[in-house]
Amino acid sequence: MELIFEKSVAGRRGYLLPKTDVPVSASIPEQFQRKRDCPFPEVTELDVVRHFTRLSHLNYSVDTHFYPLGSCTMKYNPKFTEQVAAMPQFCEVHPILPQLKNGELLTQGALFVLYEMDKLLSEITGMDAFTMQPLAGAHGELTGVMIMAAYHKAQKNKKKYIIVPDAAHGTNPATAAIAGYETISVKSNATGVIDIDQLKQCINDDVAGLMLTCPNTHGIFNMDIDKITKMVHDVDGLMYYDGANLNAILGRCRPGDIGFDIVHVNLHKTFATPHGGGGPGSGPVGVCEKLAPYLPISRICKRDNDTYFLNYDYPQSIGYIASFYGNFGIVLRAYAYILQLGKEGLMAISDHSVLNANYLREQLKKYYHLPYDRICMHECVFSAVEQAQRGVHAIDIAKFLIDHDLHPPTVYFPLTVKEALMIEPTESESKETLDLFVDKMIQADELSRSNPASFHDRPKTTCISRPDEVKAAREINTNYFAEEKPDD
Amino acid sequence: MKPYIANTVKDIKDMLQAIGVATIDDLFKDIQPQQRPSSFNLPEGQSEFEVIQFFREIADHNRTHLIPFIGGGFYDHYIPAPVFSLISRGELSTAYTPYQPECSQGTLQALYEYQSLMCALTGMEVSNASLYDGGTALYEATMMALRITKRKKVLMDGGVSPIYRKIIQSYTRNLNYEFIQTPVVHGHSDRDAIQKLIDEDTAAIILQNPNFFGTIDDHSDIVNMAHAKGVLVIQSVYPIALGLVKTPGEMGVDIVTGEGQSLGLPLNFGGPYLGFMTTKKKYVRKMPGRVVGKTVDQSARRCFVNTLQTREQHIRREKATSNICTNVALCAVQSSIFMSLLGKEGLKQLAQLNLDKAEYCRQLLEGIKGVEVKRSSPTFNEFTIRLPSDSNRICEEMIEEGFAPGIPLDRYYPDTANYMLVAVTEKRTRTEIEQYVSLLKHIIEKQK
Repeated sequence: MELIFEKSVAGRRGYLLPKTDVPVSASIPEQFQRKRDCPFPEVTELDVVRHFTRLSHLNYSVDTHFYPLGSCTMKYNPKFTEQVAAMPQFCEVHPILPQLKNGELLTQGALFVLYEMDKLLSEITGMDAFTMQPLAGAHGELTGVMIMAAYHKAQKNKKKYIIVPDAAHGTNPATAAIAGYETISVKSNATGVIDIDQLKQCINDDVAGLMLTCPNTHGIFNMDIDKITKMVHDVDGLMYYDGANLNAILGRCRPGDIGFDIVHVNLHKTFATPHGGGGPGSGPVGVCEKLAPYLPISRICKRDNDTYFLNYDYPQSIGYIASFYGNFGIVLRAYAYILQLGKEGLMAISDHSVLNANYLREQLKKYYHLPYDRICMHECVFSAVEQAQRGVHAIDIAKFLIDHDLHPPTVYFPLTVKEALMIEPTESESKETLDLFVDKMIQADELSRSNPASFHDRPKTTCISRPDEVKAAREINTNYFAEEKPDD
Repeated sequence: MKPYIANTVKDIKDMLQAIGVATIDDLFKDIQPQQRPSSFNLPEGQSEFEVIQFFREIADHNRTHLIPFIGGGFYDHYIPAPVFSLISRGELSTAYTPYQPECSQGTLQALYEYQSLMCALTGMEVSNASLYDGGTALYEATMMALRITKRKKVLMDGGVSPIYRKIIQSYTRNLNYEFIQTPVVHGHSDRDAIQKLIDEDTAAIILQNPNFFGTIDDHSDIVNMAHAKGVLVIQSVYPIALGLVKTPGEMGVDIVTGEGQSLGLPLNFGGPYLGFMTTKKKYVRKMPGRVVGKTVDQSARRCFVNTLQTREQHIRREKATSNICTNVALCAVQSSIFMSLLGKEGLKQLAQLNLDKAEYCRQLLEGIKGVEVKRSSPTFNEFTIRLPSDSNRICEEMIEEGFAPGIPLDRYYPDTANYMLVAVTEKRTRTEIEQYVSLLKHIIEKQK
């Protein structure tokens, strides 16, 4: 498809600005002026509308396709939450307003939402206090590890290491590293969870904490979790819960109750805010009571007269981690979702996401290698090793699924499983959709026997097929103007 | 039935049978009895209608009727209608990170266009596909400069947003780096102080244009000073100003970041926003965040992919350039729609309108006895004034009369109790500006 720049015709306009109504015409001294006009495209409003509408048609999305991308919880995103977020009294509020003298009284509605979400997420996860500030899951991880560091500093603990299982999301070790820690990677055992014996050998007084998803990226709830928690706490380490997989355990288990000290929650996963093609997300962080003093500022507090205010008076706080109060628009959507579902609705999420995942696991295990053959939680991980021996790899199966109007599962992750196909159906999908997916997966397996070569020119139904990624990285081009230089 | 769940009683029965268990509870046996929640005390669910009604009430507790003259890096600009209607398309909003390029060309091409627009706007060679917000983008740029130079010292201009400075301070507190703040003199970066402090141990100098006080600068001379010592220059910019103001590219800046909220995103009480970053091509492999690159497919058709992924956490883990995964792709696309609608002439006109309205407001304010308008250096759509008494009190009175009059500076800078930062965007009408000025005049006169 043409780029918007290739549709540009000198003189066309997409939006007309109002005429000036003030009797001055100012100018910036020449030394400070831009010399070259900015080469934005010159297109009409219709050009823009048609361009982006047609671009949208080139995407698979939850609204249009089954999207079982493991680890990402691509559930249905209810439309009414968009309507809530678009209310002008919410989306037009300037974030500095409550920081003016008595300004908090102008934003009581927004502060109420943040305060209530703190309480709701605390109850859902079993923690004592939350911050809504982290702007995504990985940002929540960084916030959590900074809280960990602040705690150890206050305890005069000299800590160097954070332990991360080999099946963890890449964000865990990356976060630990940028926060100044060295990571120790611990292997998974034959049952798909962190190897307790190896963990024992890694635990010592220098360990600041352990980051864990539970259920983990193999979709398995770790039955040794009580032991692990004790081992880490015995050296005054902290337990960090990566909430990426919280969708599996709502109302069934709370991280706070099983000994986790810090939790982040991905609102764009469990609480159904749109993934946006890669954000915006939101990654609130919750902590146990002893860590609450370290939460970022500001915190939202309630006065005796039931008004809400921004409280900056936390001398041990890790400080500012974002400009304001988090991705408020996303928090608002998640709050609306929680209010609509209520307790029973939230518990049903986990019931049905786990039911759906186990149904897929059972239907597919005759055809695909299942490294951990047991009841799973909200997702299951298969391996295409057998198909790969016939020349059909996980990526080929993914492209086959695209041709059948299905978004593929996550492939090649977790790194612990060769030729991984990580499938997370979510609670939103019907049995008919799951059965269709199973049919296509079985067809792919059959085709890997009868005609393995036929995979290699797939997908055939999409606008492009098998991009040259090596060329993209070698002849790096991220900017139309760097290459074409249209006008001077 | 529960909202958004399709399984019927029959489905559940059939599926449990296929799995070989009797009840859904059997699927949760790995969670042992002592691990069950000690409490799960949440409200009952409600219908969509009831929830919407509830939010209508809550929303009214926000008083949004105030006429805003507040900026501070976050501005009240008009957003044309197609921005919202296009961004609401589920094909764009309910997709995720384009891991499978064949079924994500919509997002990928839109992000490539976004990167190109940001390069055009800032006069730089390469861009990433977004970071969280302006503050975290500046932090990422700082870390990038530290990685590139392998040095430990960073100079930070006093005109950089105090909010951003606090963010960088939080993130680097436990890391072994030295940050030195350089002063602002007559609204501008103090060249003499910078010259004295900048040396071969310095990784970067961080600047902002227009700076927090609203003044415009040409940092070309600081760039030369820095490059002579192998120091990188980071500049945080306000995108709308770049319709008229000299670009970081024209000044030779190395890494550019900024807050993209003004490019078609509502104020949203602080987020979601849009952090952007552009840089020189030679630093592209050190840049954090997703990057979309152009390539061809197996039939030689032009297409777009996530590229340079070996910098990223899902491949490189603890050696990644950043831990960022989910960024703000939809906000980036939203800004692209805005920039495409605006076009080449629209951008200039928008910037000019902001400049003219702010200038008109400035001139009128100069006419109030007791108000001093800082005139030593040029400004764009925001400027600093000095009031005859505590700006917080005046601000409070203005709010009661229906105006959000600006930002008292003493929240961020000591000994500036009488100073206030005033922003005037294209949305402020002549009448609003005149009312604002006469109200301020009235309040000041009343105080005498």
